[in-house]
Amino acid sequence: MRYLMLALALLLATPVVAQDMLPPAPYAYKQLPDPAQEAKAQALMETLRCLKCQSQAISDSDAPMAGDMRHQVRTRIAAGEDPEAIRQWLIERYGDYVSYAPQVKPITWPLFAAPLLFLALAALLLRKRFRRSTNSGDRA
Amino acid sequence: MSDPRDPAPKNPGTKKPGLAMWLPLGLFAAFFVLVIWGLVRPANREVESAFIGKPLPAFDLPPASDDRPGLNTTVFSGKPRLLNVFASWCVPCAVESPQLAALAQQGVEIDGVAIRDRKDDVARFLAQNGNPFARIGKDDLSKVQLAIGSSGVPETFVIDGKGVIRYQHIGDIRPEDVPLILRKLAEAGS
Repeated sequence: MRYLMLALALLLATPVVAQDMLPPAPYAYKQLPDPAQEAKAQALMETLRCLKCQSQAISDSDAPMAGDMRHQVRTRIAAGEDPEAIRQWLIERYGDYVSYAPQVKPITWPLFAAPLLFLALAALLLRKRFRRSTNSGDRA
Repeated sequence: MSDPRDPAPKNPGTKKPGLAMWLPLGLFAAFFVLVIWGLVRPANREVESAFIGKPLPAFDLPPASDDRPGLNTTVFSGKPRLLNVFASWCVPCAVESPQLAALAQQGVEIDGVAIRDRKDDVARFLAQNGNPFARIGKDDLSKVQLAIGSSGVPETFVIDGKGVIRYQHIGDIRPEDVPLILRKLAEAGS
């Protein structure tokens, strides 16, 4: 009987959902009528981080805040704003973290230098290797 | 590099494996420690506003409640105020309401921004949790939230008498946070 009551109570329980009841922002899920503008917006939205669900881009996220960010991106692009200006506007407010497209800065240069360094290192090692095998002659 | 089936080393000058032999194990150990560290002490995932120290961007929000006016930037002149970003659908926002009430009782002026909220829900929320707000703006598209670099609810900003954002508190205000907020308000007022 107790278990039955428990089961009934669980059936009746309504979860507390921390989610708003407002419909999504007008341009959260609606594309811009101009395909060229929509393409620009889409490219930008794919490289902006959702702040609620931090491993997703705002283009991927169904969080209401991501929807509001998409609305903002689309309406600004429709108003003729440059995508990079919008990215900069967000970086001013949330720091570099909000952008998935790293820029060259004192703190990020190793990110860009590392591949070049590795390539140079590989070239050096290969050169040594080739020289060595030509020196030992018959085995190459 | 050297073929184990090859009895004669092709390069007699090659050093014997010494420390290099331990390198993979060492790398593995370092990686292991890194992973354990990440598990034991997860990184802080709060996104701080980069807008602290900058003036509040201009905005003008309609009222979110029938008995409080809406909120616009002109209010933030004179003495420091708190700007509380909240929502009726946000559970920690209800948790912090006693602390907001205590701050209001000490004479702190608090303005609210209700994120993606309906008037009925705001009214119910205020009836349940008390209303510490002087003004409440309705931000249906999270515009003000995005404009000040807030990434969730609740968040509380200290705004000085010139309308400059001086401090950001992320998450609900717990009783132990109240003194810090009062201190930040005093600093903003000096």
